[in-house]
Amino acid sequence: MLDDIDRQIIQATQTGLPLTPQPYQTIAEPLGLTANEVMARLTAMQNDGIIRRIGAVPNHYKLGYRFNGMTVWNIPDEFIDELGQKVGQLDFVSHCYHRPRHPPEWLYNLFAMVHGKSQQAVDAQIQQIAELLGDYNLGCDVLYSSKILKKTGFQSSKKFKDCRPVTD
Amino acid sequence: MLSPLHKQLLNDYQHDFPLSARPYQDIAEQLGVSEAAVLTAFNELNDNGFISRIGPVIPPNHIGISALVAMAVPETQLQAVADKISAYPEVNHNYEREHRLNLWFVVIANDTEHLHAVIKSIEQDTGYPAMLLPMLDDFFIDLGFKLELNHA
Repeated sequence: MLDDIDRQIIQATQTGLPLTPQPYQTIAEPLGLTANEVMARLTAMQNDGIIRRIGAVPNHYKLGYRFNGMTVWNIPDEFIDELGQKVGQLDFVSHCYHRPRHPPEWLYNLFAMVHGKSQQAVDAQIQQIAELLGDYNLGCDVLYSSKILKKTGFQSSKKFKDCRPVTD
Repeated sequence: MLSPLHKQLLNDYQHDFPLSARPYQDIAEQLGVSEAAVLTAFNELNDNGFISRIGPVIPPNHIGISALVAMAVPETQLQAVADKISAYPEVNHNYEREHRLNLWFVVIANDTEHLHAVIKSIEQDTGYPAMLLPMLDDFFIDLGFKLELNHA
């Protein structure tokens, strides 16, 4: 489990590692630690899966990925682990989660965020997910963000029309 | 404009950023440039907003607990309701989406009790029911996002 020092290190790095020649030293000093302790704890947290990765966090929107869609799919529960992992491995998918259904209004249990530089690119990605899911796709929708109300990120205003399974 | 060095830093250092006394020096050696050039290039990427930061990325629910929440709000009320919700420090994303459920936000709390208290408070504040969509499983293997930067 994380202790207070781990939490302080996480807190101190959430706005970014300093762009100084010895960034771990810069983080360590105000916490009363050594650079080696900070590195050892970051390594341990990474090994424990608390930290997923350490690196540059690109701003996709600024880099030209201006179109995003939250794709949602209704997958039979017994197949969601296997299919969720396949969708999560697609390199254009940035988040892929199993979430609960809320019938009758909300039957979708698999969420995958897709990003592209054009609407056509995003449409092709959605098609690729639909093909991968095949007959296990019992229904789907794509929710585009028309407005970011808090926190900057991606947006798109156009609508993808068809992600339903191809029937004959 | 992105230089070849910018692009290398963007694509090759989304993960495995060196955990060493002088990480920028290590990157410089790997790329055959100077430490100063690496620091300058990272500063430029930062200043121009091409990266939001360099640092550890924490998957959801490893520190605290979070849930995605959806609400159906009449169009005329949307901005006012969204403003109320965004004012909560526990809310860190808030998007309008094109759907009957048109308001989507993420609540991050210390624990389950705190999470439910915030949701309840938001429902009372706004007068609209919240549909709670916590993560049950994370299928994403985060190896960084493959960027095509030829025309960036």
